[in-house]
Amino acid sequence: MRHHRVLRVISKLLIPFIMLFALYVQFHGDFGPGGGFQAGVIMASAFILYGLIFGLENARKVAPPGVITMLVAAGVLIYAGTGYAGLLKGGNFLDYNVLAATPVGGQHLGILIIEFGVGTTVAAAMITIFFLFAGRER
Amino acid sequence: MAANLIPHLPALQVIIPLVAAPLCLLAGRTGFAWVIAFIASVAATITAAALAYLTYHDGTISYHMGGWAPPWGIEYVVDTANAFILLLVSSIATMVLIYSPASVAKEIRPGRGHLYYCMYILCLTGLLGIAITGDAFNVFVFLEVSSLSSYALIAMGGQRKALTAAFQYLVMGTIGATFFLIGVGLLYMMTGTLNMADLAKRIPEIQDSRPVLAAFAFITVGLALKAALFPLHLWLPNAYAYAPSGVSAFMAATATKVSLYVLLRFTFTIFGAEFAFGNLPLSWVLLVPAVIAMFAGSFSAMFQRDIKRMLAYSSVAQIGYITLAISLGTNAGVMAALVHIFNHGLMKAALFCAMGCIFYRIGSTRIDQMAGLGRQMPWTFAAIVAGGLSLLGVPLTAGFISKWYLVQAAMQSGLWILVVLIAVSSMLALVYVWRLVEALYFKEPNPGRETVAEAPMSMLVPTLLLAGANIYFGIDTRVPVAMAENAANLLMQGLGQ
Amino acid sequence: MLQAILDHYNYWIAILLMMIGLYTVVARGNLVKKLVGLNIFQTSVFLLYITMGKVTGGTAPILDDRFTVYSNPLPHVLILTAIVVGVATTALGLALVVRIRESYGTIEEDELDLLDGET
Repeated sequence: MRHHRVLRVISKLLIPFIMLFALYVQFHGDFGPGGGFQAGVIMASAFILYGLIFGLENARKVAPPGVITMLVAAGVLIYAGTGYAGLLKGGNFLDYNVLAATPVGGQHLGILIIEFGVGTTVAAAMITIFFLFAGRER
Repeated sequence: MAANLIPHLPALQVIIPLVAAPLCLLAGRTGFAWVIAFIASVAATITAAALAYLTYHDGTISYHMGGWAPPWGIEYVVDTANAFILLLVSSIATMVLIYSPASVAKEIRPGRGHLYYCMYILCLTGLLGIAITGDAFNVFVFLEVSSLSSYALIAMGGQRKALTAAFQYLVMGTIGATFFLIGVGLLYMMTGTLNMADLAKRIPEIQDSRPVLAAFAFITVGLALKAALFPLHLWLPNAYAYAPSGVSAFMAATATKVSLYVLLRFTFTIFGAEFAFGNLPLSWVLLVPAVIAMFAGSFSAMFQRDIKRMLAYSSVAQIGYITLAISLGTNAGVMAALVHIFNHGLMKAALFCAMGCIFYRIGSTRIDQMAGLGRQMPWTFAAIVAGGLSLLGVPLTAGFISKWYLVQAAMQSGLWILVVLIAVSSMLALVYVWRLVEALYFKEPNPGRETVAEAPMSMLVPTLLLAGANIYFGIDTRVPVAMAENAANLLMQGLGQ
Repeated sequence: MLQAILDHYNYWIAILLMMIGLYTVVARGNLVKKLVGLNIFQTSVFLLYITMGKVTGGTAPILDDRFTVYSNPLPHVLILTAIVVGVATTALGLALVVRIRESYGTIEEDELDLLDGET
């Protein structure tokens, strides 16, 4: 795709907005429709677009597969860690009420962190899947 | 600290292995990953034992995930029935983990060992989750967690046939899980709830409506597929035959059993025995395939040249016994089913582990390669004999106890013909077990094959422990029988009352 | 009769897709086509759930003073989970197909059976 100037320019223009939209869907998720799953996929699509247009090598430089694999695990750990935090603060597993001073504040904080963990894992998993399929030599 | 943890045991049961999975991935090295998986699995076993003790003495424990009260939140419910399953699954997982390092070094490509343990512990998470949750949709999620990881585990088997086996299992497993999902969806549509206890309360009012009947059918078929009930067992022989040894042992002992437990839970607790066996002909729907499975599985097992495949077909037959017991729809039947779930887990784990020992030494599990091996690997041979005797149901083995309760349950229901059928099909098991023993001990070794040593200690000890458990639980039956009895009473009562 | 069918068009679509999907899984020998069928089959169940959440006259379930009737958000959330499971299944299935193709050189079921029979 090295010679398709239109594609290269347009995708360079689009990628920041895709990422911004992903962040919006991610962090506006507790007030409107959205959440970690959707945001993760949107975020991954930015990387996948980059990989399609600029080649797998460049994409691997931007998002090293080793780091991405770490992020898959890190997201799950963020999720579980929030759950454990609820346990340590005297609530049940995944009880957000105890995370902040007020239950409502706790619910906000809890779901934000949880969805961030979900988003991280989903984005990283999608990128990993793309890398694995695209990187298969034939 | 320990006292503070007790109320959270139901959550810890699932989340300890859940957290171990990403840690295994991060560990990056096979050795580290094994240590993490092992710690998690031992912790899960201790948790399960504690839960079993608590539920047996103090009754059902309910845990509200995230502090949301049921029926709105996800509730984990532990009673003796699922504590029994939790204990079986986690202790077998631990045994097989002790066994794994040597077989992983031999069978899994270098550099992928940590992925193996990651998937293994994730599979354990899924199975424990299925057993512990009190939420119908949550069952589906954990079902898929355990299934997806087991597809990946099977595909890690060395031969290329492992790939087609995993693919076949993936297609059939997904159809089964989706059927289950349809059933749960129809129930939700009619009742507006996903909590099992709440479902049990609301279903009787609308139990003759068509969506509920359809839901029951979809759930039963979906779970039968997952449990490999004849004729939906086609994925099982290849999956078990080509999976890595540790995976075969773990899955044969636990995966289908957990699906059968869910079947018990849905049939007896949620729909109620009255509905399933009184209004609907579930008895016949399960009984006929179960009897065919007992014979077809055993006949197919006789003609297999690969012993892992033979054991897999034998599993189909054994699942037939369990389903037969369920199909009686009586207290004694459920109890026999639970006892056999436990005992069959023990025997298949021991036998598949022993096959792994043989594979470790000769790189094959084909019967013609094994001639005379019993004299070179006496301890492995002893484990096979103990497991085989238990499979036959010889007195003083665990298998005898299951057959005993099974026959009693059949007699109580007045179905003498079943007693005859059980006896005859046990004779069939004698044929294939004898074939194995004969090849191992009474045939002269192939001249081409080198003399091999006994399997390494790390594989031998768990194999012998599992084989020993078959003998131990054949003599001292108090624990499994008491728990199964208690669990059967509980299941028959239903949650709704 | 016709009205009865039209009133429940969502169920008919779900049933139709379900049958198409299941048939594709059973009848096609190509492993990728089988996965496509599996996906259609799963999608039909997703649709069944999602249409279940619709409440007549209800709006999107975001709290607001102007509305009193909301659609049921729970089926959507459940199906989001099921979709993720479906994505994972498809990815794993395709990964298996890639590896099958690499080691057998074909992804047609009948040819695979032939190759397996020889070994």
